[in-house]
Amino acid sequence: MNHDTLAVARHMLLEPTGISDADIARVMSELFRGSLDAADLYFQASRHESWQLEDGIVKQGSYSIERGAGLRAVSGDKTGFAYSDQILLPELLQAARNARAIAEGGQQGSVKIANRAMPAPLYADVDPLASLDETAKIDLLRRLDAEARRIDPRVEQVIVGLSGVYEAMLVVDQDGAMHGDVRPLVRLNVSVIVEENGRREQGSAGGGGRTDYGLFIEQDRALDYAREAVRQALLNLQAGEAPAGNMTVVLGPGWPGILLHEAIGHGLEGDFNRKGTSAFSGRVGEQVASPLCTVVDDGTLPNRRGSVTVDDEGTPGACTTLIENGVLKGYMQDKLNARLMGVAPTGNGRRESYAHLPIPRMTNTYMLAGPHDPQEILASVQRGLYAKNFGGGQVDITSGKFVFSASEAYLIENGRITRPLKGVTLIGNGPDVLTRVSMVGNDLELDHGVGTCGKEGQSVPVGVGQPTLRVDGLTVGGTSV
Amino acid sequence: MSEMNHKTDVAAEQARLLGLVEDLLRVAKAQGASGAEAAISVDRGLSVTARLGRVETIEHHCNQGLGLTVYIGQRKGSASSTDLSPQSIRDTVAAACRIARYATEDPYAGLPDADRLATEFPDLDLYHPWELDADVALALAIQCEAAGRQLSPEITNSEGATVSTHQGVQVLGNSLGFLHGYAGSHHSLSCALLGQRGEDMQRDYWYSVARDAAALEPAAQVGRKAAERTMKRLGGRSLSSRQCPVLFSAEIAAGLLGHFIGAIRGGNLYRKSSFLLDCLGKQVFPAFVHIEEQPHWRGALGSASYDSEGVATRPHALVRDGVLQSYVLSSYSARKLGLQTTGNAGGVHNLVIEPGKLDLAGLLAAMGTGLLVTELMGQGVNLVTGDYSRGAAGFWVENGVIQFPVEEITIAGNLRDMYANLVAVGNDVDTRGNTRTGSLLIANMTLAGN
Repeated sequence: MNHDTLAVARHMLLEPTGISDADIARVMSELFRGSLDAADLYFQASRHESWQLEDGIVKQGSYSIERGAGLRAVSGDKTGFAYSDQILLPELLQAARNARAIAEGGQQGSVKIANRAMPAPLYADVDPLASLDETAKIDLLRRLDAEARRIDPRVEQVIVGLSGVYEAMLVVDQDGAMHGDVRPLVRLNVSVIVEENGRREQGSAGGGGRTDYGLFIEQDRALDYAREAVRQALLNLQAGEAPAGNMTVVLGPGWPGILLHEAIGHGLEGDFNRKGTSAFSGRVGEQVASPLCTVVDDGTLPNRRGSVTVDDEGTPGACTTLIENGVLKGYMQDKLNARLMGVAPTGNGRRESYAHLPIPRMTNTYMLAGPHDPQEILASVQRGLYAKNFGGGQVDITSGKFVFSASEAYLIENGRITRPLKGVTLIGNGPDVLTRVSMVGNDLELDHGVGTCGKEGQSVPVGVGQPTLRVDGLTVGGTSV
Repeated sequence: MSEMNHKTDVAAEQARLLGLVEDLLRVAKAQGASGAEAAISVDRGLSVTARLGRVETIEHHCNQGLGLTVYIGQRKGSASSTDLSPQSIRDTVAAACRIARYATEDPYAGLPDADRLATEFPDLDLYHPWELDADVALALAIQCEAAGRQLSPEITNSEGATVSTHQGVQVLGNSLGFLHGYAGSHHSLSCALLGQRGEDMQRDYWYSVARDAAALEPAAQVGRKAAERTMKRLGGRSLSSRQCPVLFSAEIAAGLLGHFIGAIRGGNLYRKSSFLLDCLGKQVFPAFVHIEEQPHWRGALGSASYDSEGVATRPHALVRDGVLQSYVLSSYSARKLGLQTTGNAGGVHNLVIEPGKLDLAGLLAAMGTGLLVTELMGQGVNLVTGDYSRGAAGFWVENGVIQFPVEEITIAGNLRDMYANLVAVGNDVDTRGNTRTGSLLIANMTLAGN
């Protein structure tokens, strides 16, 4: 039964194109010459839709179809790559010749295609686009608009976006081993503008995952997004100037785990470490965090936005321990960097599409729960910042400096939350920020399925999570000195 | 994959795509669309990266795509595909029409007013194909990286140098009879190098980009600049929190103007999600500031004779004597605001802020003591309120002289105040992007550090 996913992927990708296993074997033989270390052929097809409501009406929707194949030839640390928007034999053969030009000479071998047993799927083979009819999709958007406006008359504008992707991929390596995956992905976002006495503020909330639109209907989850967006916007109406400077910061559970993604996650991707360009290069076995910290990258969580049954090189998704009790354990690897570093791939070889090369990427990155009651953590802080929600972040891999921007933050005075503060950017140094974690909550949460990570021009869906954390010293980018 | 090396091939490719756009529009009408707009683009390219003196990747790019928007009365639907086959054209049209049938009537929806569509198509000199094979590209990349690595023993590692070339054709048509296409090219050279001094490791980069490869900076110069920038960052430290003037160096100053464009963009205005609502005719910058759009500059990266809906672009002032002269509008956002489109569907084309008299040294002297920012991090910009808080790196300056590199700090303020408190625009203009600006000196911001 584990073959089901592969069978569905084959059905979606190969049948409409008329490409046979014999054709694939011929392309692989053309691509993979004796002097190469590795090669792969990646087929992908996706259907994507989005619907948007604003001004109380569903103004527009869009639908897109993408289909193509990418061919890669690897020799040592050299990579040749070509792709085609057309899954047709002559185009694939031409792309194979272009890609393998990276290596000279070599004997042509023959490659036999063999389906490989797949790990148990982490998400159901459902087509999100077909999981609700169009009328129900539109009705959902309208209900969210009505709910946001019902909650508070200060709500001026409501924008709701709903999107779904149904994607299939097949990857064949130089040995002819074929892996496939069928990946649904849905996302819903509500953002509102509120106005009071001429002051305008925004709030937004959303969620998603590798499932169908039922996620948003169950337990009226979507209505919660609307309520949360309004709550944040109204709170921002009360927010005052934030302090500037170094202070104790308490990070809330869930999405604030973007700290881990930026501060250590990127720095632990295999490519940067193989090349020695990361602030974490060569530091496996060293204490890089407080003993309270254990951080994993886990691609195996069912239905999560960052999960992969197999990655884009056919390696099964895995739970990789990055930091254990504060000690750096290992890196996230794709096949190329794993081979060059003499370790096993970890299921982190991901690509945005057939038109991009796979590189080491995070999946769902989170810190395990610790011993502290979250209330106890807040109560321990004399004066500090409590950051409950965030926008995005960024990191300089080499210097280790990272930022992430709070969208909901409060001042802590004498162990109590006293007033909301305007959004601020926090900046720190990746290799030492976790050494300053002095308390870890027992309240691990994962985010709601909204994260997208960009690296080398490629976007992939990711997840983050953490329990409440106390960090003794981060620079807070407020305006009041 | 460089089949489009000759003008004749390009003309043939353009003719083929024009025919496909006509097919799309015809099929849309047949399937019940009362109006339609279609675009097709095809792009080919080569990108070669060398690292530590050897080839690392050779990528052959080949992208094609079609996009369609249909109107059924006042209802709108869009669809796109990477497949240009007749079957895909029928499917894409059907998908767009299906969405339009479910969308809500919107009185402001529709194609542009016919009298706004471009009718003149001057040659803007946008197409200079580069007959570059992988070996030549590799030699250039190696030369670029080597020049940087040779600069100092403190340059210890590299992320590589990349030479890339792209050329393509894009075609746009609508059911009002607009149909036009043009070829364009885009080439670049970039290099990122690492430096190390003791425990401190830093990275920086430089790049050059042009429509004509002959206009690219010499490869060795790109590598050397990358190395110089990396070297200057070594030994960076934080500062204590303070208020001080901030000089945004030319290569990052375009971001400040980008936020300004975001705040006067029609979509953010009609959604009331801008800190510059109702500012037309009002003083936003000091009186010495003039900002204009120059869409018809020959050979420039942002040049175009029409916008993404076929409306004629025109050179025009956005800010004159510091006063906001025009918003940045598409047909739709203009109708929502009761105004006329400014030919900015899809964005601005060559945004220019008039340079002042001072070069970078002059600006540093004018600033006296303060922060020169050369890198910004993160997304901490709120266009609804204008609140600005971002990670930064650069140099601490005293009495007009750079003292030491600075990192792990933030700078914060409000964009409305930052624009009003602009002190000077440098003449050290960065001409690489769609926005041309010199360094920008802001009177005062809050710096947060250790």
